[in-house]
Amino acid sequence: MISSRLINKTKPIVLILLLLPSFIWVGMFISGNLGINPIDILMDKLGEMSLRLLILVLIISSLSQFFFLRSLQNLRRLLGLVTFYYIFLHLTCYVFLDHFFNFAFILKDVIKRPFITLGFLGFILLLPLVFTSTNNMVKKLTFKVWKKIHYLIYLVMLLGVFHFYLLTKADKTEPLIYLGIVIFLFFVRIYKKFFIHRGVL
Amino acid sequence: MNKILSSEVTPYTNYLNRRKFIKTASAASLASSLSFSANALHSEDLSKYDKQLYEGDELNTFEEITTYNNFYEFGMGKSDPSNNSSSFNPNPWSIKIEGLVNKSFSINLEDLIKKVTIEDRVYRLRCVEAWSMVIPWQGFSLSKLIELAQPLNSAKFIQFETVFRPEEMSGQNKNFLPWPYVEGLRMDEAMHPLTILSTGLYGHDLLNQNGAPLRLVVPWKYGFKSIKSIVAIRFVDHQPNATWSMTAPSEYGFYSNVNNTVHHPRWTQGTERRIGEFLRRPTLMFNGYEEEVSHLYKGMDLNKFY
Repeated sequence: MISSRLINKTKPIVLILLLLPSFIWVGMFISGNLGINPIDILMDKLGEMSLRLLILVLIISSLSQFFFLRSLQNLRRLLGLVTFYYIFLHLTCYVFLDHFFNFAFILKDVIKRPFITLGFLGFILLLPLVFTSTNNMVKKLTFKVWKKIHYLIYLVMLLGVFHFYLLTKADKTEPLIYLGIVIFLFFVRIYKKFFIHRGVL
Repeated sequence: MNKILSSEVTPYTNYLNRRKFIKTASAASLASSLSFSANALHSEDLSKYDKQLYEGDELNTFEEITTYNNFYEFGMGKSDPSNNSSSFNPNPWSIKIEGLVNKSFSINLEDLIKKVTIEDRVYRLRCVEAWSMVIPWQGFSLSKLIELAQPLNSAKFIQFETVFRPEEMSGQNKNFLPWPYVEGLRMDEAMHPLTILSTGLYGHDLLNQNGAPLRLVVPWKYGFKSIKSIVAIRFVDHQPNATWSMTAPSEYGFYSNVNNTVHHPRWTQGTERRIGEFLRRPTLMFNGYEEEVSHLYKGMDLNKFY
C-alpha cells in the first residue's frame, strides 16, 4: 500500500515534471525552434498534453478505487489543476497567437466550427471545477454536492475527445484510442457503482 | 535529368543559407547606400523572381518550402515528407497519357522536357488548412502537354494519378486514404495559362517531398489539388474522382477553388497564416488570381460547386 505521506511528498516533483513540457515548448517557441509553423505546433502540443492529462486524471481516479492505491486520490486535485493550466495555455495560444485577440473573428469561429464549439464548451465547463477545487469549497458545498459538480469531468473529457476527433483530418486512430479509454473507464465506474456497491458481487 | 539549364542550378546548401544571407545582404545594403545586389554572391539570380512577385508578397525560403509539406504518401506530419522520402527514386520516370486521346502513349520525362519550355512561375500556394506560401516554381504550361496528347473532342476533364510505390512511400501502407492519390481538372482549367506542371523550385529539381519529379500547380485552388509525383494523365468525358472529395465530399469539392465564402468545418477560409508571418492575412478570392480565372466559373454557383 502506498502511503498518503509518500504521495504528498512526491507532489512537488510531480508538479515540476508536469509543468516542465510547457516551459520547454514555450522556450522553443520564443527561440524559434518549434519548426516552420510554430503557432500551430505549440497549440497542438498543448492541446494534446491537455487531453492526455485529462485521461490521466481519470485513470488515477479509477486506480485509487483499489484499496492499496487509495492514497493516489491525493494527487487528483494537483493533476486536475495542471490539466486546467494546459487547457488555459492552449486557449491562450488560440486567442493570442493564432488570432491576435480578434474577438469578432473568434466568436464567429466558435459558432461556425463544431470542433471549436466543443473545445470552448469544455473549457467553460471546467471553470466550476476549478473554482470549487479548494478544501474550503468542498466544506461549504458539502462533499455530496461537490462530488456532483465534479462529475462534469466526464463531460469535459468527452468534449475534449470529440474536439480532437473533429479536427483530425484523416487518421483518426489517436482520438479513437482516447475515446476507447474514456468509455472503458466510464463503464468501470458504472459497473462499480451499480454492482459492487450494491453488494451484487 | 536535364530539366533545368545548368547555369540556373544552385547547389542545395546555398538555399539553406539563403535566409541568413539575405538578412546580411539587406543589412549591408542599408548600411551603405550603394545598390548592393543580394545576388552578386549567389549563383542563382533571385531578382529574376521579383518582377513576378505581387506587392506585399515575399518568397518563402527553400527550407520552408521543402520541410513543411503535406504529402501523405510519406506520412501525415508536416516534416514527415522531408524526413521519410529519401528512399524514393524518381529516376527514370515515365508518364502515361491515356483515355480519350488520339493514341495512348507513355513518355519519358526527359523526352517530355525536350518538347516544352521550362519557365519561372512565382505563385502563392494556399493550403486548405489555412496556411500559405509564395513559391518560385519552374515548370511548363499543362496546355502544352495537352497539345501533345491530342485529346478527342469528347474529352471534357483530365484526371491525374500519383505513383503507387508502398515500398518507397510508407504512408501508402496505411489506408487512411484510398491509394493511389488522384485529382482532376476541367479541361478549360487545365488549359488555363496559369496551370503548370512543375519540375523544380528555386532552380533546383523538385525534391521528393515536393512531388518529384513532376507535379501539378494550380495556384487558384487549394494546395491538395496540385497533385504530386504524377505517373498518369487520363482524358475523360465526365468529372473524375479526386481523392479528398471522394473521402470527405462535404468538406472538399471537386473544384476546391480558394474561396473565403465557402465554409469549412475545420479551418477558417477567411484568413490564412503566411508561413513566416505572425499576423494572419485575409484570404483573397481565387487566392488573388480572380482577374485571371473568374471567367472560368461565370454563371456557376460557387457555393454549390465548391
